[in-house]
Order: sequence, then structure tokens, then C-alpha cells
Amino acid sequence: MSVWARHKIFETNSIILVIGVLIVIAIGGLVEIVPLFYLKSTIEKVEGVRPYTPLELAGRNIYVREGCYNCHSQMIRPLRDEVERYGHYSLAAESMYDRPFQWGSKRTGPDLARVGNKYSDEWHRDHLINPRAVVPGSIMPSYPWLAQNDLDADHVAEDMKVQAALGVPYTPEMIAKAGNDIRTQATTDAPSGDDLVKRYPGAQVRNFGGNPQKITEADALIAYLQMLGTQVDFKLYDNKANVR
Amino acid sequence: MALTATTSKGMTFGEAGSALAFAALSFLSIIIAAKAYTPEYAFHAYLFAAAAGAAAFKIIDCYYDRPAELPPLTINGKPNYNMGPVKFGTLASVFWGVAGFAIGLLIALQLAFPALNFDTSWLSFGRMRPLHTSAVIFAFGGNILIASSFYVVQRTCRARLVGDIAPWFVVLGYNFFIVIAGTGYLLGITQGKEYAEPEWYADLWLTVVWVTYFLVFLGTIMRRKEPHIYVANWFYLAFILTIAVLHLGNNATIPVSLFSPKSYIVWSGVQDAMVQWWYGHNAVGFFLTAGFLAIMYYFIPKRAERPVYSYRLSIIHFWALIFLYIWAGPHHLHYTALPDWAQTLGMVFSIMLWMPSWGGMINGLMTLSGAWDKLRTDPVLRLMVVSVAFYGMSTFEGPMMSVKEVNSLSHYTDWTIGHVHSGALGWVAYVSFGAIYCLVPWLWNKERLYSMKAVSWHFWISTLGIVLYISSMWVAGILQGLMWRAYTSLGFLEYSFIEVVEAMQPFYVIRALGGALFVAGSLIMAWNVWKTITAGEEVAEANATQSILIAAE
Amino acid sequence: MPETYKLLAEFAQTWGLAYFVAVFLMVLIYALSPSRKSRFDAAARMPLQED
Repeated sequence: MSVWARHKIFETNSIILVIGVLIVIAIGGLVEIVPLFYLKSTIEKVEGVRPYTPLELAGRNIYVREGCYNCHSQMIRPLRDEVERYGHYSLAAESMYDRPFQWGSKRTGPDLARVGNKYSDEWHRDHLINPRAVVPGSIMPSYPWLAQNDLDADHVAEDMKVQAALGVPYTPEMIAKAGNDIRTQATTDAPSGDDLVKRYPGAQVRNFGGNPQKITEADALIAYLQMLGTQVDFKLYDNKANVR
Repeated sequence: MALTATTSKGMTFGEAGSALAFAALSFLSIIIAAKAYTPEYAFHAYLFAAAAGAAAFKIIDCYYDRPAELPPLTINGKPNYNMGPVKFGTLASVFWGVAGFAIGLLIALQLAFPALNFDTSWLSFGRMRPLHTSAVIFAFGGNILIASSFYVVQRTCRARLVGDIAPWFVVLGYNFFIVIAGTGYLLGITQGKEYAEPEWYADLWLTVVWVTYFLVFLGTIMRRKEPHIYVANWFYLAFILTIAVLHLGNNATIPVSLFSPKSYIVWSGVQDAMVQWWYGHNAVGFFLTAGFLAIMYYFIPKRAERPVYSYRLSIIHFWALIFLYIWAGPHHLHYTALPDWAQTLGMVFSIMLWMPSWGGMINGLMTLSGAWDKLRTDPVLRLMVVSVAFYGMSTFEGPMMSVKEVNSLSHYTDWTIGHVHSGALGWVAYVSFGAIYCLVPWLWNKERLYSMKAVSWHFWISTLGIVLYISSMWVAGILQGLMWRAYTSLGFLEYSFIEVVEAMQPFYVIRALGGALFVAGSLIMAWNVWKTITAGEEVAEANATQSILIAAE
Repeated sequence: MPETYKLLAEFAQTWGLAYFVAVFLMVLIYALSPSRKSRFDAAARMPLQED
């Protein structure tokens, strides 16, 4: 019996080991993650940052789908050369609506955090179809299918509903008008354009993809790229109010 | 599943329950396929339906074929080891290894020659790169971890694996997860989080598989006849547990709909970044380090026929490693919008990590003290010892790169890629190759590997490949970092971005050459493994009892 | 923000350090205590025993 009793203690040892490992790994993770939900610099709102329009959101999902983050970062570090090359360093608030975040870890291609409005729509269209047509030394893959594929505008409202449940300030009106907003934003001189800009201040309304007959994935992706980094007006931004 | 069998044949609770569960899953998958939002998702649902249906059928089929008694735990007082799942995992690892390295070669060539993207969505770099990382880390590495852990836990506990269906569910279910994940990337289904790209339904499936894995492993430890739990099992246990926690934390998503492959993560922006790299770095720490250290702590002593240099050091190594690693994640986010204190914390712990890492390296290397001559005669041992040396090298480089000032240069460059591959090719792959070369003759009752000369060739070819790979990436990365921050005498940035891209071309070609050598080496291994199984010399009579035992699994 | 930093730094330099040292000492005592030596020696030989 004594052998049995001893064995039993050892059996519980494996449970002690499990608990020990769990405690050790829990502490490190919690200490680093939990404060980020309370610290001022990580949750503060900055003037101009707004949720993505339905078209931009659809474009962002295409950005994720094609794995752009494998080669492009969206995080400008406060280093002299980066600020000069790409623009003002990135603020935490600028990615507050990013699910998932797309800061990236590699710059095989340039940072895209402030690529918005740096190139024309036409440049982006040509570049996506064949990057080497506009940048001869580029090693980026060509994405000719984006300009051919029709954009799925039917399900975006559902995506926004989930995001709203997670805390993104999408109003019921925004969700109800999602499909319509996609068509409006991708159309030049759409009559409901002003209405859309009221809901999404600063949104750019025009035909991004170059083909007025249909709304393609290229429309959505270019709308997203042209918005990147344009939400905060750094002439008005007070960097002392948001010290990190 | 391990219920005691009665004399009359009846289905166990496990057999009936899992057959029913699979049938239900199959039915549910067909409904989802019919209502799926996208054809890609419907394709996955059909895969689920087919696989679950096949599993239900196979369980019932096996029930009709098996004797009334379940396999005994012991035969003549000796443990009746269950080596079938180990064999499957070992072969799967070889297969996925060759496939994953080959895809790596393709994407390396794509960076040197972009025409190789073929203007085709599923072949483009952005979709192939996650396929490469998942194939080598989770498919090649994961399979050898599962296979070796099932082998080691049985042998060191002298106990049969818990359950009869469960271990098979773990290896087959895990490989099904790989298929879903990999085909998903090609079809554009991804979460867009590095090393955690599979979408919500694949994640859910993996959770079920992983919990089963944990229970089988822990249950087998509890069944042991030995008083002590061997240290390799500590590392395996920490790996299984922590990966479960990380997986749940980093994949906390809400699906858009049951009929949509898309989901959104509950964390956003800076919080998501922190959770991601808490996951990402600890996937390195607990998957690619703790798991493979378990392999080191069993297979090197076993192969060298000497106990580990210092068992006490191995225990200190264990606790120090898991304690420090969990803090190191923020070093992936230096100079970003993450608060400074978190970055500093990550850096300090990363530097401290250097100590247990080198403690482990010394422990592995010194196990050979007094038996160094074996390195000359045994190329398998040489592979494993060199892997430990690479472990030491990349765990020295890692802390160095986590220093903020170094990181400001190295981050976003190919230096990171070089660092990762010195660890992945030199440490993880080499120690896995060593384990595979050990396991194949043991599992298939062969006297030895079919060709030791082929092992030597594999070793030298792939070592040359690694040297080309990491040296070209070091030079490329540092050059890249320096060119980005170079200024002219007038105070302007000296190089446009595209000039830096063009400067990388020769290094990308050299890197691809190194990768090609590594692929060639893995093909030699696959051939050697195949020949050992089909044409290797059987174990002589004296050891035959063991072969009967294993054959009876 | 400076207050938060001060608070955190203070915490890390007292309780954090104490926690760290305590864990490390516990591991050292466990691993190095002479009473466990024979058990560890036996455990180290486990992979080498054939059955």
C-alpha cells in the first residue's frame, strides 16, 4: 500500500507541474497586455480618426487577403530617416479601428502607413496591374485579378455589425446604408456623396478603379490605400497631449 | 476510450461517441457548404464533411475488425507501446518538410525574379509566404513534435499512450488542420496575423485537436511506472500547455457568420499588436524552442548513450526559460506606438534570456564530453550537436537584436529573416532531422539507417545551404538598414526606396541558392527514410521480443 | 503620464524584483538541494534504460 500511496503523490506532481507552468506564463503576459487597455496613450482618441467606410473596409479586407502585410509595414517609427521618408510617426490612435492590426514586420516594399494621396488613382491602377510598368526595379507581384473581380458588396453590412458589437462606433444607420455607401463612394459625382461624408468625415468619393461600369476589388483596395494616414491633420495635432 | 473491455464485444463509449460526433460534424458541414457565402469556404466545408464522414466510417470499420478485447496495456509485464501514430507523424514530418522547404525556395526565387509570381492569385508571394511559414513551422515542426512526444512519453514513462482513438485523432486531426490552413491561404482565407493566419473554423478545430493532445500526453504521464517525470516531458508539457493558451489568446475572434470564413479579432490596433507578438514570440519560445529542447534532452543522451551532462542544470534551464520567454514579445515592437515601458520590459527580459539559452546549449553539448569521438563516426549525432551549436548562435543573436539601438537598424530588414533562418534551419530543422534519423530505424525495427553516407551528404549539403542563406541575409539586412538611413552631405536621404530594393537582388539570388541546397538535402533524407523502411536490415533475433511488442500496436 | 511611469517603475523595482528573485531561488533550491541528487541521477538515466 505504501508504494501505491507514494505513487499517488507523484501522479499529482504532473498536475503541480501544469499549474506551475500556467502561473509562470500567465504573469508575464498579463503584466504586459492588461495595462494597454487602460493607459492613456494607448486608448486616447485623436481628432480625425474615424471608422472605415464600407468601401475602405472591403478594401482593407482585400489587403489582408492578399497578404500585403508580408512585405509592407504600416508603422512609422520616430526615427529621423523614417519621418523624412514616410511622414509623421504613427500614433496608436491611428490603428484603433484596425482588426487585425497591420503594422507588419518587414519592409520588402516601403511603409504604407501614409501612402494615402501620395500617388494618383491611375498610378495605383497601373501599379496593381503591373508594378514594373510604373516602378521599373519593383519586385512586387502583379495583381491583375483585382481590376477584374466584382466587389462583394452584399456582406459588408454583416462585417460592420460584428465590428459594432466589438466596440467600433458604427451606427445602425451606417450599417443599414452600407451597400449603398459602397456604390456611392466608388462613383464620381454621386448625389448621396455629401450624405456619406457626413457619416464618414474626410472620406474621398470618386471612381477609384477607373471603370465606371462596375465596382471592382481594385476600387475598394485603392480607396483604402488613398485613405491610409490621411485622417489626422498633423498641422493641428498636439503631440504634447498624447505623449507616449 | 480506455474503458475496460467486457468479454462480450461491445462498442466503447469513445468509439460510439466519436463516431456520432464525426457523423454530426459531417452533417453540419454539408449544411454550411450549401449556404456558404463564398465558394472557397464551401470547398472547405466539403473537405470537413468528407474527412468527418471518413473518420466516422473508419471508427465503425475498425470496431468490426478488432477483437473483443481492447489492446492490452502490457504484454508479459512489458508495456505495449502504441507506435502507429508516431510512425504516421514521423513520415508526415518528412513529407511536409520537403514541401515546406520547396515552397520556401519558390518564394525566395520570387523575390529575386518577380515573374515567378506568374500573375496568378494563389501563386503570388503574399499567399505563398504564409504557406511556407506554416508548412515548415506547424506541419514539419509540429508533426515531429507530436510524433517524438508520443514516442518519448511512452518510453520514459514505460506506459502505453492513453486511448486508442485519441492519439490517432491527434495526428490525423492535426494534419487535417494543416490542409485546411494551407489551402485556405492559397484561396485567400486568412486572418492576416503572422504565424496565426488560419481563420476561425480552422482555429476551433485545432483547439479540439490540441486539447485532446494535452489530455493524451498528460494521461500517459499519469499512467507511468517510473517515479520521476523525465525532463524532456517537462518541456513537452510546457510546450503543449503554453501553445494552447497563446492560441486561444491570439485567435479570440468573432466570425461574421457561421456561413462566412471571415472573422474579426476582439483586440484592435496597439492591443492587437501586443497580443500578436506575445503570441508570436512565445510561439518561438515554446513551439520552436521548448518543444525542440525536449527532443534534444531525449535524443542526444539516447544517441550518445550517456546521461545528460547535468540534470540539475536542465531543471534550472526549464524554469528560467519559461519564466523569461513569456516577457520577451514586445521586442518585436520597438519604437512603435506601444508604450516605452513595455518595449523596455521586452528588451530586458530578452537579454536575460541569453543565460538560460546558453545553459541549455552547454548542457546539450557537454553531454558528449568523453564521447566526442562519436561525432566522427555518427553523422546523426553530428547533425544534432551542430543543431545545438546553432541554437547557441541564434539565441545569442536574438538578445542582441532585441537591444533597441540594434533593432532600430535591423527591424524591417532581411537581417530578421537571416536570424529566423539560423534558428529555423540550423536549430529546429537539424534537431528534427536527427530525431527522424533516430526514430525511423527504431520504429520500423531496423538495425540501422539504410545509408549513413547519405546522412553525411545531407549534413554537408544543407550546412553549405545554411551558410549561404544566413550570410547573404546578414549582409543584405545590414546593407538595407544602412541604405535606408544614409544621408548625403547636403542632408537629404541618399537612396530612394527602390534603389535599396534593387541592391538586394544579388543577395536574394545567393539566398535562393542556399535554399536550393537545403531542399536537396531534405530530398536525400526522404530517400534514405524510404529505403530504410522498405529495404533496411531487420533487427536481429536477440532483440526480436521488442519488435513483436511494437508490431502488436 | 510621468506619474504612471513612476508608479510602474516603482512597482517593477520592488515587487517585480522580489517576485523574480523568489522564483529563481525556489528553482535553485529545488534543483540543487542534496536530498534530490540521487533522484535526479536516476532520472537522468531514464532514456538509457531499455525494456
